[in-house]
Amino acid sequence: MPKGILGRKLGMTQVYAEDGRAVPVTVIEAGPCPVVQVKRKETDGYEAIQLGFDPVPEARLNKPARGHLSKAKVKPLRVLRELRVEDGQFPEVGAEIKADVFSAGDRVDVIGTSKGRGFLGAVARHHFNRGPMSHGSMYHRRPGTGGATDPQRVFKGRRLPGRVGNARVTVRNLRIERVDPERNLILVRGAVPGVRGAYVLLRAARAAAKKA
Amino acid sequence: MDLLHLVEQESMRQGRPDFRPGDTVRVHVKVIEGGRERIQVFEGMVIRKRGSGPNATFTVRKISQGIGVERTFPLHSPRVDAVEVVRKGQVRRAKLYYLRNVVGKAARVKEKR
Repeated sequence: MPKGILGRKLGMTQVYAEDGRAVPVTVIEAGPCPVVQVKRKETDGYEAIQLGFDPVPEARLNKPARGHLSKAKVKPLRVLRELRVEDGQFPEVGAEIKADVFSAGDRVDVIGTSKGRGFLGAVARHHFNRGPMSHGSMYHRRPGTGGATDPQRVFKGRRLPGRVGNARVTVRNLRIERVDPERNLILVRGAVPGVRGAYVLLRAARAAAKKA
Repeated sequence: MDLLHLVEQESMRQGRPDFRPGDTVRVHVKVIEGGRERIQVFEGMVIRKRGSGPNATFTVRKISQGIGVERTFPLHSPRVDAVEVVRKGQVRRAKLYYLRNVVGKAARVKEKR
């Protein structure tokens, strides 16, 4: 069965370890997440479980979503995310996954949507150097050349100004510092993508799985 | 109260005395020396308090063998075993950095009564 859970980022703070060191942590309200659907090779072409999170009034969901959730006999939920099944072990539909799937010391990958930064220039977006701001320079924060003249075109992948952030980001191999199953809280060491209140997916770290 | 603040509250130590810049305090620090834990006392004047919640710190200044020594402690650190207020000082600013530039008589702080 895959190890993972959906949650909401509450914000960052610090806690003290037993030896007195201060540890920066992100507090995540994780679960409870019912299993909404089990996807199997025969029916769906791949193996995964679908988890739901964040109960909402039924009226907030459209009919297809309501139907999908009532099929699994679970409460109306706002977010659905999938976790790949790798070991061929499936939980029951409707089974609840709680914060206690993880324990302190576990390593996790945290997946979320990063903060949107808007349209940024090449200096802010790609750390280009800027030109002199004075002495008649007139070349301040421009992106520079489009490339050589010989190909008579700009190569793909040229770094230019554009939108930054608001994209799916995975932060790998973060340590779980504390788990509080009563209040559905998980404290993860370090920073996690997204604004406060953003939805995040925690899954057992891929790097650790590879080693084992 | 929201959950984030509840978590913060739990990592804070209850029962720290109320002290302010200008006060003289004795800080009992746990130090680990050769696998053994003992308590060391650092006594001096509080010259700064900063931060809020679990990340608040304070800085204590003392003159040790004629040399000014400052140590900054996290207010809620479990390494800080206890803080005793020895003397209340009457000062008119929040950060007493000027004490670094004065010696002897000028470095005195009036007692609050």
